[in-house]
Amino acid sequence: MAAGLTVVVDYGLCNIDSMIRALEECGATQVERTRDPRQVDRADRIVLPGVGNFAAAMRNLKDWGLLTSIKARSASREVPFLGACLGMQLMATSGEEGSTAGPIEGLGLVDGEVVKLQQQNADERIPHIGWNEVARKGHSGLFDGIPEAGDFYFVHSYHMKLRTESAEAGRTPVCGGFTSAIALTDKPIFGTQFHPEKSQKNGFQLLRNFLAV
Amino acid sequence: MLKARIIPTLLFKDVGLVKGVSFDSWRRVGAAMQSVRVYNLREVDELVFLDIAATPSGQRPNFHEIDDLADNCFMPMTVGGGVKTIEDIRDLLAVGADKVAINTAAIDTPELIRDGAREFGSQCIVISIDVRRGEGGKPETATHCGRQLAGRDPVEWAKQVEHLGAGEILLTSVERDGAMQGYDIDLVRDVTAAVNIPVIASGGCGNYAHMAEVLTQTRASAVAAASIFHFTEQTPREAKKFLAANGIRVRL
Repeated sequence: MAAGLTVVVDYGLCNIDSMIRALEECGATQVERTRDPRQVDRADRIVLPGVGNFAAAMRNLKDWGLLTSIKARSASREVPFLGACLGMQLMATSGEEGSTAGPIEGLGLVDGEVVKLQQQNADERIPHIGWNEVARKGHSGLFDGIPEAGDFYFVHSYHMKLRTESAEAGRTPVCGGFTSAIALTDKPIFGTQFHPEKSQKNGFQLLRNFLAV
Repeated sequence: MLKARIIPTLLFKDVGLVKGVSFDSWRRVGAAMQSVRVYNLREVDELVFLDIAATPSGQRPNFHEIDDLADNCFMPMTVGGGVKTIEDIRDLLAVGADKVAINTAAIDTPELIRDGAREFGSQCIVISIDVRRGEGGKPETATHCGRQLAGRDPVEWAKQVEHLGAGEILLTSVERDGAMQGYDIDLVRDVTAAVNIPVIASGGCGNYAHMAEVLTQTRASAVAAASIFHFTEQTPREAKKFLAANGIRVRL
């Protein structure tokens, strides 16, 4: 069981229900979806789920006052944060999706930029859709109890190019290899490019690991 | 490496699941919830759920039903049938669809593909292309659950939907559907060679060898199948064991 309030931030584009149900299945006792910055302010854990367009998502987070709350809460060392899929991308310094006028500012929780995946050969397709393995890096604890190079479900066209290599927690061998999970070394801040809530056994174990932080 | 996906297709009509032959002669094959729960326990790679009555009867997607199903579905789910507007896409994603399949409305209003991709990202916009072979075996794109011809070459249409921002193509042969005699290899080969987005081959699967055939002879990223799971003892898990034994990368 993971006590305390886990908020799943709803920025109007995502499949929020799946994440909420998965967190509940994994033992979170109080899970709430929210668009209210005040809920973020009192959360014990914050989850930012995926799906959508970077620019559209940042616009909503800003307009609804969520941006300031998320940044303030994740600056503390006590509030675990998990971004999944687009949620991980939004953690970056900037992203190019949905903008013709140069990169758009992200949450800035991790030093990196979100760029389009580049196909390396005709067998690689973009978007990257389906089950692919994640080779773990570092000692984040995010992959504890999960087989090495376990498969997770991906559905995305963009990826985060990290500038701080120490934040890389997982790597996936497609399009020349990209960072598929991140974990900061000094704060309980995590991100997964894959969808843990849709990745069955491996994904649920990862969510349990997050809830146990 | 990315694994080939084995995707059961669930066709929903009125109150339950059906399966037909060539988009006709529908037989009832059980309740949707029961199937979703079974596939969830079996940890299938992904599910495709299509409401085949929605477009012909002019209805919106059945959001309530899909909401219930998605609550019991901890695997990726593509939902289609009756999707006409950005609001339909938004509402389906909100109730738990991971990807939204669009067929007839994409032909009628191609800008829906572009707008959907802009708002929600290409990765969740799946264009369903149904193909009938006409005179001399010429492939033609069909809409309205296979009933009308759109007057478009499927390969050209596939290129166009990719250009507009579609993230994936669900390619179904209407004649092969339910016949269990194998996928339309030529069609899948031509479409997968023409685009760089993933293509799910659909229509005609009768055994595991058919899956291996389409996955090795074309660039299909996934195979969809229905009849073999409804009417035979064959299962997605056994299919993957067979494919792995034949050198195809799958998630076991």
